[in-house]
Amino acid sequence: MNILSLFVLIPLLMLLGLWISRSVNQVRGVIVCGSSALLLLAAWLTYTYVTVRQGGNTQEMLFTDSVSWYAPLNICYSVGVDGISVVMLLLSAIIVFTGTFASWKIQPMTKEYFLWFTLLSIGVFGFFISTDLFTMFMFYEVALIPMYLLIGVWGSGKKEYAAMKLTLMLMGGSAFLLMGILGIYYGSGATTMNLLELVKLHIPTEMQRIFFPMIFVGFGVLGALFPFHTWSPDGHASAPTAVSMLHAGVLMKLGGYGCFRIAMYLMPEGAAIWGDFFLVLTTISVVYGAFSAVVQTDLKYINAYSSVSHCGLVLFALLMMTRVSCTGAILQMLSHGLMTALFFALIGMIYGRTHTRDVRELNGLMKIMPFLAVGYVIAGLANLGLPGLSGFVAEMTVFVGSFQNADLFHRVCTIIATMSIVITAVYILRVVGKILYGTCKNPEHLKLTDATWDERFAVICLVVCVAGLGLAPYWVSNVISESVEPIISQIIP
Amino acid sequence: MDLATILHMQPEVMLSFIIIILLLGDLIIRQPNHRIFQFMAFGLLVVHIASNLTISDEVLFGGMYHSTPMASVVKTILTVGTLLVILQAGPWIRREDTRHKAGEFYLLTFSTLLGMYFMVSAGSFLMFYVGLELASIPMACLVAFDKYKHHSAEAGAKFIMSAMFSSGLMLYGLSLIYGTVGTMYFADIENALTGTPLQIMAMVFFFAGLGFKLSLVPFHMWTPDTYQGAPTPISAYLSVISKGAAAFALMNILLRVFGPMVEDWSLLLSVVIVVTITVANLFAILQSDLKRFMAYSSISQAGYIMLAVLAGDEQGMASLVYYIVVYIVANLAVFGVITNVEQHTGGLVDREAYNGLYKTNPRLTLVMTLALFSLAGIPPFAGFFSKFFVFASAFHQGYYLVVFLALVNTIISLYYYLLIVKAMYITPNDSPVPTFKSGPLSTVCLTVCVAGIVMLGLCSGVYELLQHVANL
Repeated sequence: MNILSLFVLIPLLMLLGLWISRSVNQVRGVIVCGSSALLLLAAWLTYTYVTVRQGGNTQEMLFTDSVSWYAPLNICYSVGVDGISVVMLLLSAIIVFTGTFASWKIQPMTKEYFLWFTLLSIGVFGFFISTDLFTMFMFYEVALIPMYLLIGVWGSGKKEYAAMKLTLMLMGGSAFLLMGILGIYYGSGATTMNLLELVKLHIPTEMQRIFFPMIFVGFGVLGALFPFHTWSPDGHASAPTAVSMLHAGVLMKLGGYGCFRIAMYLMPEGAAIWGDFFLVLTTISVVYGAFSAVVQTDLKYINAYSSVSHCGLVLFALLMMTRVSCTGAILQMLSHGLMTALFFALIGMIYGRTHTRDVRELNGLMKIMPFLAVGYVIAGLANLGLPGLSGFVAEMTVFVGSFQNADLFHRVCTIIATMSIVITAVYILRVVGKILYGTCKNPEHLKLTDATWDERFAVICLVVCVAGLGLAPYWVSNVISESVEPIISQIIP
Repeated sequence: MDLATILHMQPEVMLSFIIIILLLGDLIIRQPNHRIFQFMAFGLLVVHIASNLTISDEVLFGGMYHSTPMASVVKTILTVGTLLVILQAGPWIRREDTRHKAGEFYLLTFSTLLGMYFMVSAGSFLMFYVGLELASIPMACLVAFDKYKHHSAEAGAKFIMSAMFSSGLMLYGLSLIYGTVGTMYFADIENALTGTPLQIMAMVFFFAGLGFKLSLVPFHMWTPDTYQGAPTPISAYLSVISKGAAAFALMNILLRVFGPMVEDWSLLLSVVIVVTITVANLFAILQSDLKRFMAYSSISQAGYIMLAVLAGDEQGMASLVYYIVVYIVANLAVFGVITNVEQHTGGLVDREAYNGLYKTNPRLTLVMTLALFSLAGIPPFAGFFSKFFVFASAFHQGYYLVVFLALVNTIISLYYYLLIVKAMYITPNDSPVPTFKSGPLSTVCLTVCVAGIVMLGLCSGVYELLQHVANL
């Protein structure tokens, strides 16, 4: 059996284990074993991948396998990974692992919570290993629907409204996506749904003109493309901690990944036709998200709008269509995934103690819960792009790459988008100063305790990853840029 | 005509014998006991299914009867669906006021099934019409089965009125066809059609008549009232088996008879599909009675089924039958849960009654959730695959806009299916439906349905078989 199928098989076994477990401890046992196994598997896969590549293997995808599924429609279960999917799998495994610890004490219905959580992770892992359009689309939808119950049942605030809005908007995106997939399949007259085979065929330009925007918008909804981002603040603010982490950390990356791997890879002419239009939208996302974050007072809303801005930067960099900027886009996905997960984890932990996320009601937390506060500072600094942390590496690559596109229009967009760095610094430093420093005015807050062991563990894991990516970006960057090469050479010959 | 010819119609003959046995049983058994009939009906139907698993191609009586390979598969599917309905109907038929009529219930159900057999394997409009009436008239009796209840009697009256009206429309269309081409046989009509305005009118009348059976908008008015008033198992039967047979028959006839006029009916059908799906979805949002809700849901599902008819090729045929199979298991699961809750709460079918159901009846809630997800087309459940294949087949023939509008509508449908999921899991309720245990037969039925919902999509065998049969 193919090694990649384990990424789907392990969560399936976890589902089974959760189904038969009777007590909370058994549930925790199953979920910890499963997510650790996934993390080890992802680490092992990364190591093997790098070794094989260094051994001189230059195939586009490694560990490929294909099993015929629906023969009349040429649907196969095909898997394969390149550098981009490998780092995405690693990211997902890290977030699922830390998310488990961040939701250690979830109440009520612990078992059901983890059942849906695991189903969500099946979708995420399945999407990243697939190379077949149909299977990708299927896993994409599998990842979306558990969100409804996860937010609706375990969320807070306007949870029912947020859950419904999020589900319907993302499913709306997937309706566009399905149109696009059918368009690619029937438009190219292909006898396969495999990406690697489809790319060798030429899809008529007229078809690309119609179906490129469909796929780009379909994935763009998930990647918080303006004006389809409105599900994101409400959804993230209402979701329970681990779900926010997984959703902002991994699920939103499905959007960028899909735009790159399906829309731009298969329909380069469509990308050339529509690139400028979408570039304007993504520039708006980047700046608008940052400005919105400045005026928010709810910690989760701030981070959600910040995610809109940073995920907008991913799509922005992809549309700049240079080798460096696309590498930067993937690095930004990785970096944003890690730091936003760290942010949401910390916000969840603070909220669990103070029962408020309102910036105006929080003061001087540094003295009360130093561990969480330090974590928050690190996450904030990563977010605004301090050298030595992951944000700097990613944003630097993105903007350097974008500036390489010498076209005047692209230059102007780059300059506008670069301004978001300053705005980011405004909202991050404002919040950090306001809630962590100063004197605590609320006597209730003085009695609160610092992080417990499971919380510390989750935070440390993420901080190590954020710092690791910031200090030693070369190997990740190399793995990514090698794999970006075949895709980008489709787009700019 | 000799005996051997009749024996070629094995499914029909056998089902007729089953009906006669049940009729005699009803006459002979002095103290009618619902268990005996349940056992008889169930056993006979299982034997019937087992002995008719062959895929045959028969043209009998000079073309009057033409059972294509796909028709024989459809008959088996309809019979299996009926078997599931009988399983769920157990608790209902066991009630004090209906148990003495158990024999009649099975008799009438099988008569409608026989009518559908003739509908799907007709080779002439005459045969088709006889089958249609045989499927409709006993159905009206079934709808009014709880005749002492005001709602049920009213539903029966509405059903028979609309059935008669649609038959009238259809007969008018058929008479125009006979007038222009001088024959009733499908094979001859196809060659004689020239697409004159009169023939187009005939086609429209015929389509309108069958549109009533399928409850396509604007011929859907009877559906919500009938589903709401009829006993729940009958609503289930009406929504899946009757609809499935009519959909297959419509595709069969549009392709085989009106094939030369494809330009005319594809435009008509496109408009009807979009209107049907949209209107039904918008109305479904407003419903709080679950049976009415399922009525609108089934109208919109009929619209999706029609997409496969629009495709009009082998791929469309396979997707249509596959969609029907998946729709049968998912819808019967929903109706099974509704029946159970209704029986154990003294008749509650309102959505509010389902608030907080998860706390008291988690298993039943899970069944309902999976079924609703399947109806909404969420993977990895079978409904996702059936919707995908239907869309793919229509897309393949170039109906981009219709597919797109239908896809947008899936989002609306997701909204109202999620409303029920929300009621069951999220909405708090101080006095939810008490915990109860459903009967063994109904448990078997729900288990089969859930297995179908999960496995039909993930295992590609069923679809590949249907595609193979469609290519024959």
